[in-house]
Amino acid sequence: MRYSGLKVIKEALTGHKGWKPTWHNPEPKAKYDVVIIGGGGHGLATAYYLAKNHGITNIAVVEKGWIGGGNVGRNTTIVRSNYLLDGNGPFYELSLKLWEGLEQDFNYNAMVSQRGILNLVHSDAQRDAARRRGNAMILNGSDAELLDVSGVRAMYPFLNFDNARFPIKGGLLHRRGGTVRHDAVAWGYARGADMLGVDIIQNCEVTGFRIENGTCLGVETSKGFIGAGKVASCVAGSSSRVMEKAGMRLPIESHVLQAFVSEGLKPVLDGVITFGAGHFYCSQSDKGGLVFGGDIDGYNSYAQRGNLPVVEDVVEGGMALIPALGRVRVLRSWGGVMDMSMDGSPFIDKTHIDGLYFNGGWCYGGFKATPASGWCYAHLLATGQPHDVATAFRLDRFRQGGMIDEKGQGAQPNLH
Amino acid sequence: MIINHPILGPRDAQEFTYLGDAALIDRPDWQADNAAEGFHDYLYLRDNPAGEHRELWFHEQGDRSWLVLTRNTVTHDILNVELARDVARARGRSK
Ligand SMILES: Cc1cc2nc3c(=O)[nH]c(=O)nc-3n(C[C@H](O)[C@H](O)[C@H](O)COP(=O)(O)OP(=O)(O)OC[C@H]3O[C@@H](n4cnc5c(N)ncnc54)[C@H](O)[C@@H]3O)c2cc1C
Repeated sequence: MRYSGLKVIKEALTGHKGWKPTWHNPEPKAKYDVVIIGGGGHGLATAYYLAKNHGITNIAVVEKGWIGGGNVGRNTTIVRSNYLLDGNGPFYELSLKLWEGLEQDFNYNAMVSQRGILNLVHSDAQRDAARRRGNAMILNGSDAELLDVSGVRAMYPFLNFDNARFPIKGGLLHRRGGTVRHDAVAWGYARGADMLGVDIIQNCEVTGFRIENGTCLGVETSKGFIGAGKVASCVAGSSSRVMEKAGMRLPIESHVLQAFVSEGLKPVLDGVITFGAGHFYCSQSDKGGLVFGGDIDGYNSYAQRGNLPVVEDVVEGGMALIPALGRVRVLRSWGGVMDMSMDGSPFIDKTHIDGLYFNGGWCYGGFKATPASGWCYAHLLATGQPHDVATAFRLDRFRQGGMIDEKGQGAQPNLH
Repeated sequence: MIINHPILGPRDAQEFTYLGDAALIDRPDWQADNAAEGFHDYLYLRDNPAGEHRELWFHEQGDRSWLVLTRNTVTHDILNVELARDVARARGRSK
């Protein structure tokens, strides 16, 4: 499916009856070079880069529901490269660079908007931490600016600067960060992969693996067996459930994260603000809705919905930071299942089973990683070697002492 | 979620802090030959089931007891609540 200005005008005048599906809906073939499990952002990006960068096009993406129905369509769309640790920094910086060129690359409007992210600080200790993080970001090729109160006030005069518990003392500004239209990312990668010959197979659940003599030969699915040279799992919140079918236990717990969107407002918030101390972050979508969220609920869950205490906590955080929100009505709230890892960092690795690969552990921050995750997973699948910026994302890192614990919380998934 | 505390009766889940899988009660033997492997699995690997899950909750804003809940992670239904002390004793963990 190709688009043009002329076509938009023609369709507008003729009742929009001529649009064609953006990707095909093929039945699975008997065998593929690579079968990717999961048609979320990461699975689709992996297929796209396998085809585009490595010329491997005999690929199926097998999705149990529909493309974009998982976390890629449920997140709050924030992209950033503001990590502290060496294992993470260069990876997320590659991701942000790929976001910057993505729309030209796959020729699809993903509404990449580098509107800036401001992390607020409220104390001397937090300012020190922000300065350290900012320096680490700059060393990894990203951008960071430390703002004092007047700098923050100039950007967002309507914030509550004098909150008794968390007065605003400044902020760390990451100008290249911002938001990307999440659905369009799934659709853009799906369209790009489809045009390069990838089969996107929806409504097809992987129910098991065929493993013989330590080698994975393919997947059992609700549409029958599909043979594969390589099988690449990429199922985010369902990681433990899927890999269990290959007899693996993962360093992952599944937790629910909620998000909220308000009624449409006139432009009020032109960037992203995070109020970590109050468990609240917010941006405004192009439709005018305030998109906001907070912490995960904190207990194991596969429910794709959360509970009221966190709703209350998030809304209190919002009111504390932006009192003007008080009369805004919330339109929708929803939840998604997060693959929370033991150190808060992801995995892109081979498994101990030949031909079976694993990508997961993205926690609440895998949307921003989508391009680099696909890029690096494709690299691993095509070459057998980890990409330079993803060497730390090993499944055995806890055994080796190679944790990548950005928050320094230890092996406690609900605290990352 | 309302947690039916064995001693205090129904309490709001907000009063509790969540730790994780109740298998954390079964701390490996540090003198065993395979202790390193045992502690790796104990600390870092989880069953993470979709369905019934036995898990540790701490009544931090209450009587500070540890509970073992059996809870369905798909529906959030709480099926059973026990004092962690009783569970640990039954497994021979403490005197
Ligand atoms: C409320 C919320 C807010 C978030 N906010 C942000 C944010 O602001 N910034 C950010 O960077 N990240 C954010 N995230 C995290 C981000 O959305 C995820 O980390 C990321 O989308 C996960 O990768 P994915 O897109 O591939 O996952 P998904 O879209 O979940 O893809 C996994 C797919 O696998 C499929 N699947 C599962 N089991 C099977 C099976 N057996 N067979 C076949 N297919 C299967 C699922 O149906 C699903 O489509 C947020 C998440 C949530 C829930």
